[in-house]
Amino acid sequence: MDIRLDGIGHAYAKVDVLSDISLDIESGQIVCLVGPSGCGKSTLLRVIGGLERPAQGRVLQLGDPPESCLNPLTYIFQDFALLPWRSVSGNVSLVLEDHGIRGRAAQGIIDDVLSRTKLTDFAKALPKQLSGGMKQRVAIARALAVRPAVMLMDEPLSALDAQTRELLMDDLVDLWTRQPFTAVYVTHNLAEAVRLGHRVVVLSRRPGRIRDIVEIEKPLAEREFGDPDLDAPQRHLWHLMRDEARAADAELLDV
Amino acid sequence: MSDVSRATSVAFRGGGFKPRPRRWVGGAVLIGLILLAEWGTRAGWISALTLPRPSDVLDTFRELYESGLLFTHLGLSISRLVIGAAIGASIGISVGVLIGLFSYVRSGLVPLIAAIFPIPKIALLPLFVIWFGIGEGSKYALIAFGTFTPTVVATYGAVDNVDRTLIRMGQSFGLSWWSIVRKIVLPGAMPGILSGLRISLAIAIILLVAAEMLGAEYGIGAYILEAGSLYDLERLFAGVVILSTLGVLVSAGIGVVERHLLGWRT
Repeated sequence: MDIRLDGIGHAYAKVDVLSDISLDIESGQIVCLVGPSGCGKSTLLRVIGGLERPAQGRVLQLGDPPESCLNPLTYIFQDFALLPWRSVSGNVSLVLEDHGIRGRAAQGIIDDVLSRTKLTDFAKALPKQLSGGMKQRVAIARALAVRPAVMLMDEPLSALDAQTRELLMDDLVDLWTRQPFTAVYVTHNLAEAVRLGHRVVVLSRRPGRIRDIVEIEKPLAEREFGDPDLDAPQRHLWHLMRDEARAADAELLDV
Repeated sequence: MSDVSRATSVAFRGGGFKPRPRRWVGGAVLIGLILLAEWGTRAGWISALTLPRPSDVLDTFRELYESGLLFTHLGLSISRLVIGAAIGASIGISVGVLIGLFSYVRSGLVPLIAAIFPIPKIALLPLFVIWFGIGEGSKYALIAFGTFTPTVVATYGAVDNVDRTLIRMGQSFGLSWWSIVRKIVLPGAMPGILSGLRISLAIAIILLVAAEMLGAEYGIGAYILEAGSLYDLERLFAGVVILSTLGVLVSAGIGVVERHLLGWRT
């Protein structure tokens, strides 16, 4: 299943945040969205998954999601969005219960996704007992449980410290290598973008437009920490963004 | 490096502002006050008209217990309290959740709740007697009404404070409306609802006495009011002690429920 964005535009209280965004997201690819703060990249992600209604344009699903897919468009949030009163496995089972998957069938899925995210030993722990990285792993496990056609990741690593971020990036690459998934990955961190993205979409300052799309050829599994091959694209991205980022930084917030 | 012999250690100036529970202090203060009253009344610098002697109150309490009337009073009062508070709290929680979830219910009911909250419910007792009869009905109604308003306000405030990102998460995973309410909104609002219940149940005990002003032969409230009109201070205090104990027990009960239901809080 592919996703097509067709002329998406959006405004909050007369301030344009997105303008004429058209983009194809092909299945099996990770598309990173980068841009200066306030360029509407998170808004665009909410639009793609139907959490926000765009003022202009539409989001199209091309083709049907795979049969086994329970929730085609599935989010991973920056602040994890785990229910603090449910254990790790309870948080995963939350999203299965509404699909009528309970008991042994649910347990099978939960065990599978927890082992894929290295959480098997933490199944009974409460979120308050987990570190940030572990919490985000739980959120990833929860997303995997509904077998999404497209994962919508909203700065999933931004709330984590640098070391945890590296570890989780490795985990995401492993997950993708074993079973390629489609993802739209919003980030303001260019190192994350060049490490995880097959394509990096650069948005301009508000109102966000597509400024450039950078393809990164090197296979995901061969990219590594501090990879010299990624320097050039990362530098290129920074050149595209620097002036915009500076201007965005100097902008007065209109709240 | 400067001269080490002239070094002074940096004085500690952090800490404090962090009360910790000290188990025995509460009891000690209470016992101290009672002993003070006992000493004063025995020594004569507190006259018997000002304050009854604690040991006399204890004797009155023993008489009450031995006559078996204690349990008649207690049984009736507790059943009024439980039934009235249960009606008021359950309607209060339901209405509070509806106000928290629906714009029209909110706009329609919040001003109404604000209008009835400050009414002294005791003033409405005659009205309740006309509506629900002089028997148990008016007593349940008064206690229920008194518990209802604070519960509503606490509940809709608690629903408002449920983390919206959790609700968006539920929607993004395709959870049904009812699942979101049951599995995200209600548990998320539980801390606020329980702290609201602490207040409403204390108000329920206050109203118990008021409810037993009219047409009650037995009940702690009736017992206190009768003692009050006779200026029988020993019996008055015995009744007050029972009410205080009831309040402490209710509060402790909510504490147990909180520890059980809210263990997930940090």
